[in-house]
Amino acid sequence: MNRTIYYTFIGVLLAFLQVFVFDNILFFEYINPFLYIAFVFLFPVRELRFYFLFLAFSLGLFIDIFADSGGIHAFSTLTIAYVRLFFIKLYFRKTPVDYPFFSLQKEPFGKIFNFTVTLTVLHHFILFSLDNFSFQNFSSVILNTLYSSIFTLLLFFLGGFIFIKKQ
Amino acid sequence: MQQLISFIQKYKYLLFFIILQTIGIHLTIQNHSFHKSTFLNSTNFISGNLYEKFANIRDYIHLKDQNQQLVTENIQLKNKIAFLNAIEQTASETVITDSINFNQRYSYSTAKIVKNQYTKSNNILLINKGEAAGIENEMAVFNNKGIIGVTEKTGKKYTRVQSILNKNSGISARLKKGANYFGPLVWDGKDYRKVQLTDIPRQANVKIGDTIVTSGMSTIFPEGILVGTVLTVGDKNSRENKISVQLFNDMSNLRHVYVVKSLHKLEIKTLLNE
Repeated sequence: MNRTIYYTFIGVLLAFLQVFVFDNILFFEYINPFLYIAFVFLFPVRELRFYFLFLAFSLGLFIDIFADSGGIHAFSTLTIAYVRLFFIKLYFRKTPVDYPFFSLQKEPFGKIFNFTVTLTVLHHFILFSLDNFSFQNFSSVILNTLYSSIFTLLLFFLGGFIFIKKQ
Repeated sequence: MQQLISFIQKYKYLLFFIILQTIGIHLTIQNHSFHKSTFLNSTNFISGNLYEKFANIRDYIHLKDQNQQLVTENIQLKNKIAFLNAIEQTASETVITDSINFNQRYSYSTAKIVKNQYTKSNNILLINKGEAAGIENEMAVFNNKGIIGVTEKTGKKYTRVQSILNKNSGISARLKKGANYFGPLVWDGKDYRKVQLTDIPRQANVKIGDTIVTSGMSTIFPEGILVGTVLTVGDKNSRENKISVQLFNDMSNLRHVYVVKSLHKLEIKTLLNE
């Protein structure tokens, strides 16, 4: 339970960081990172799944309210929160028995890299497609997804190296 | 019944996921229609206030730039007064200039932008005045350099503005010189320095470097507010005849704006609807 509160707090922190810091970072004038999805990567697997899905949705909605973007962040964050379990099974080869002991920090870097890249690209692709909301300018959706994903992942791994202690 | 319950038991996460996802997509679709935005937006009390706090910090850093802008505008206005005085004093036969040619029946008020967007495909601004200060829907927003947008949704203290950098935006504009050809300004969502003027008839003589101003054909914008200069003229045989317009305004650097209330809006609208 203690860990749940801890990670909820991290979610709130990430949301505020996103709204007031990362939304103002514009690399090459239009690429900005969406680091708040790190919450989905870090939240423990063994906790209540309803609670996790609801938190992911609220986090997205919070960003949406500040960005005036309807429900696009909520939609894409919820999607990766839901499919996260599938990718944990796929990349880390975990069964439901292992979930209580699963921690992202204990896994090898290669597997973490695959896992985060897949979820980030998926999230950004849904986000930019919904933001564009038409099939025109589809190339710009792809490009935005690519550039923003690189930026987000760079920040995520840098943040990981700085703030998370290796055990 | 047993089967139904076991079905729900089995797929409870998927069902929960679908319910939340439906809410998300509903909000997204609603957000794409003008005037139908839901209650979840940044005009509300908490996010509006937070944005204002951060904008105040930013304000202090940019004081010098803003002062410079105000001084430039003051000089412009002073020149205009001097010019008008000169006309008044010299003769009854005068040269007709822009400022008196356009019969302006508008009231102006000032506001500050507390949130600025220019990188998304549907950009929105937030200004720090709302219903309490007499701001209504569909009022024009501009600054000394040119047009910025149209108010879209008013809160008590804050108002959401649809930027010209929005795919739903369609402000009517025309060439400053020459014939009165007009058409809507649209944005293709690519570069925040450029907008596109469409539907200008093919016989119109458009040259690169021509000034584009608002046409006054809508009830929102007064006539003659600056927009930008013609950058490229599209292929004349294309369907839309797009003209690329370089904006005078730097949309990434906005703070003090004017909000225009059109006093004749109701009369014009009733006449048009009859």
